[in-house]
Amino acid sequence: MATTVHEPPRVRPRKLPSRKQGTGSGGGGWRDRTPSDGSFLAVGDRSTASKTGVWVGLAAITMSFAALTSALVVRQGSAADWQHVTLPRVLYLNTLVLVASSFTLEFARRRFSRLAFLGSGEATASPLRWLYVTLSLGLLFVGGQYAAWLQLKSQGLYLATTPSSSFFYVLTAVHALHVLGGLGGLIYVSSKLRRSALRKNTLDAASHYWHFMDILWLYLFLLLWVKL
Amino acid sequence: MDETSRASQAAHHAPPQGFIRNYIFSLDHKIIGKQYYGLALLAVLTGMVLSWLMRIHLVWPNSPVPGLKWLAHTSAPNGVITPEYYLSLMTMHGTLMVFFVLTNAPFAAFGNYFLPIQIGAEDMAFPRFNMMSFWMTFLAFCVLMAALFVGDGPPISGWTAYPPLSAVGAVAGPGQGTGQTLWGLSIAIFCIASLLGSLNFISTTLDLRARGMTLMRMPLSTWAWFITACIALLAFAVLLPACGLLILDRLAGTSFFVPANLVVSDQIQPHSGGSPLLWQHLFWFFGHPEVYIAIVPAMGIVSHILINAMRRPMLSHKVIIYSLMSLGFLSYMVWGHHMFVSGMNPLSSLMFSFPTLVITIPSTILTLIWIGSLYGCKLRITSASLFALGFVSLFVSGGVSGFFLAQPSIDVLLHATYFVVGHFHLVMGVAAIFGVFAATYFWFPKMFGRMMNERLGKIHFWLTFVGAYLIFMPFHYLGMAGNVRRYSAFVNDYLQPLLPVHRFITIAALATGAAQIIFLYNLIHSRFRGEPAPQNPWEATSLEWTVPSPPPWDNFAGKIPVVYHDPYQYGVKGATGDYVMQDSPQKIPTVPEEGRR
Amino acid sequence: MADTMIEAGVSFLAAQIILAVFIWWFSTSKPGQKIRNFPGGARGLVAAAIVLVGLEVLALGVFGQKAWANIYFTPPGPNAMPIQVQAGQFAFYFRYPGPDGKFGPIHPELINEATQNIFGLDLDHDQDSKDDIVTAQMAVPVNREIHLLMHAKDVGHSFYVRELRIQQDFVPGLDLSLHFTATTPGKYEIVCTQLCGLGHYNMKAYLLVMSQADFENWLKQQAAMQ
Repeated sequence: MATTVHEPPRVRPRKLPSRKQGTGSGGGGWRDRTPSDGSFLAVGDRSTASKTGVWVGLAAITMSFAALTSALVVRQGSAADWQHVTLPRVLYLNTLVLVASSFTLEFARRRFSRLAFLGSGEATASPLRWLYVTLSLGLLFVGGQYAAWLQLKSQGLYLATTPSSSFFYVLTAVHALHVLGGLGGLIYVSSKLRRSALRKNTLDAASHYWHFMDILWLYLFLLLWVKL
Repeated sequence: MDETSRASQAAHHAPPQGFIRNYIFSLDHKIIGKQYYGLALLAVLTGMVLSWLMRIHLVWPNSPVPGLKWLAHTSAPNGVITPEYYLSLMTMHGTLMVFFVLTNAPFAAFGNYFLPIQIGAEDMAFPRFNMMSFWMTFLAFCVLMAALFVGDGPPISGWTAYPPLSAVGAVAGPGQGTGQTLWGLSIAIFCIASLLGSLNFISTTLDLRARGMTLMRMPLSTWAWFITACIALLAFAVLLPACGLLILDRLAGTSFFVPANLVVSDQIQPHSGGSPLLWQHLFWFFGHPEVYIAIVPAMGIVSHILINAMRRPMLSHKVIIYSLMSLGFLSYMVWGHHMFVSGMNPLSSLMFSFPTLVITIPSTILTLIWIGSLYGCKLRITSASLFALGFVSLFVSGGVSGFFLAQPSIDVLLHATYFVVGHFHLVMGVAAIFGVFAATYFWFPKMFGRMMNERLGKIHFWLTFVGAYLIFMPFHYLGMAGNVRRYSAFVNDYLQPLLPVHRFITIAALATGAAQIIFLYNLIHSRFRGEPAPQNPWEATSLEWTVPSPPPWDNFAGKIPVVYHDPYQYGVKGATGDYVMQDSPQKIPTVPEEGRR
Repeated sequence: MADTMIEAGVSFLAAQIILAVFIWWFSTSKPGQKIRNFPGGARGLVAAAIVLVGLEVLALGVFGQKAWANIYFTPPGPNAMPIQVQAGQFAFYFRYPGPDGKFGPIHPELINEATQNIFGLDLDHDQDSKDDIVTAQMAVPVNREIHLLMHAKDVGHSFYVRELRIQQDFVPGLDLSLHFTATTPGKYEIVCTQLCGLGHYNMKAYLLVMSQADFENWLKQQAAMQ
């Protein structure tokens, strides 16, 4: 590519949303791509940093869990002290709850895009309601995981009892921490939505993260079910 | 202020108000970059003093060090360093240098400051994460420093912290109590901070480029930071859970890394079945890419500076980028070469040896492009370009010794000797530090609005360059003679003839360290008394030189540039001089050079 | 090793000298001088790097693999003499199986430095342990293959004899082994190369390589001292 000769910028010129004078933000670029008047028409913006950020973060999380998985496999093979642990029953219920929360979040997202399409700033109640349902399901999941720990504890299986119980606690706790982070994201999203200041990309980013937590749990559940 | 404009400011920050927002909990990537630089400076000075203490102890084991009595009255009674305190100094030196200097200075400090400006962005994608990233790094630093002063002794298991020594606790001797726990905690916090930082670098590079700034139009330094961020993201994501498991082994009595039936101090340990090799695999899966986290930004910075000094683009922009990428990729496939004698399956040693040797191919390509581009250029000798050239020399010197270590059959002789120490100090330590020095001399005018003293800079270069070789070349000789590393004294018969070499190294280290006072003086003096810097003192082309020195808080004063050219339009007839800025809409009439493929 | 030395030395010197010459040459440019390109350009250099270094890598890889395979892929011969070495903070101890050729089992709970039960042997119950010979030095007959069984008592250690070009880590929980043949009689030092605590620098033992007759005498003396 002979880019030494003069040529126009290679990026397709973007249509920037019209800027209002005097909003204080001055420059061009991403700074102005937030809905400045509460209208969701401007919501279909192109500032994708939050989405990219979530994908990059998910790559790191994947790597961490890959490391823990390989640790589990190596540890299981390294000595004969691996003991079978029967998974607490409540985990099946938790799995259902988490999967259901993904669906309710999708409902919220559908309703939000329809809202954005119609361009009305008032009828935020419907997606918000689904967001609240998702939030409560998420909380229920974390509570359910806690119940699972209590069940193991009542069987006399603590963190250091056997290597398999160690891995059970570590994997579920690390996953639950990430779910709590996702809950924080959902709270942020719903507070934005209440103020009609939610960008579609923020909601997309939060829901990608949430669905990933769902898939990650299914994977972990399978791993624990096969290996413990 | 109505709801929505407040919301838009929550997403991206407004001009800072007040001292604390301005200089302490700042969201501005430039302030954060300077904070990282300051922290790295503090860490490098501490690390250097620790290395002096080590060198002094090796050569004059019984003589008290002035002042040490008060700093470490339990570990160094009367100022005389004990064997375990030597190991603590070594552990701290390694941890400080690898994490807080080599990761922070070339990558986090300069990357934070210049990556957004070089791609035409007003800030990082997530300024809040950025601030959090620095302050968590600072917290990690404080925790590590606390480990140096805890009552039951600072940690002694080295920056690699191999279990079971690092995992069984205080029973394994001094330094295995609180100090070691704090060490693990510090590294875990550092991991989170680095993950946040890398996430920011990647998102910023992908999403916030100005119009016309295509990926291939990014300067080589930006490319290097971007690639480094990708390496760091995956590497620290592995070290973090590993540290967590190590801390659990220490505090909660789990057995991830500690096997059964260990008899430490005549007591059977209550662990069962863990695998010490598991830690080594996890650690080196992070540890080898970490080397590239240190060196790749330096490579990018050096290329950026050399091009400016040579007044010509590199023979090939793309080849450099692809070589850096392949270095990053290969760095994930070679971790086992740190474990040739660890009891790993001997077949794996061969599997790891081959990609390790293959890494020399992109490294050689880079070196040849650097040297080949020098041919026929108009080299300007400045402090910055001298350090950049010094980097190339050191990289070659440190690189060729890698040939030896990459082969398991030779590594059996050289593993864990001073040969390894010499190798990684040259290629990772000193070379990356030279990148940092080059970057400092080059970008100081932009960061602080004042020029550094060139004369002092050149004196500093020659003293440091010669000093680095005088210190680290003899290490290779010591290693070949079988001098084992991490010994606090040399009591073996066959090591006695080598003691004069150690004396020589100690003197060279003290002298070279003292020469850094010139740099510190230059840095501080120029900060306040230096000549005011023009906007573009080096006649450079990339975007950071299109803004005032220092840049305004939003970098471009509201006018986001549009990019028309490749980053390095040197050797062309420009409006002023022989170069055309990246954002200049001026047409470039002819293709001045072949070879810009 | 020698090949590597030559290749590394040549590439090191060549690179440094060319770097210096180019800096010298092109830093004093006259005004108006045109910028020239290195003959062949980037493509030539990349090709050269890939071909030259690629060949070198292949050569080193093949040689290195042979050398490595000779040591690690061949099992010890049937006549190899077994010796057990135990590494602990901060000493090596060695155990010879005695006339019966069998090592008695190690009981970690019996290990006690005060009573000098270094290996945790149960002399009252284990028949095989009774004639085991425990020593603080390692003697081997010259030109006889040794099969070294490695056991770590507490933390990680390493077995390194510079003159024999052998180095192998002790990994707790993992009993590794090593085989070698000493060909020159003499007294060598065995040192620890894996950081094991404050006494790491002082963890060493002597390796005595002697004739078969001397070795048998030595072993008898040691047996008498048990």
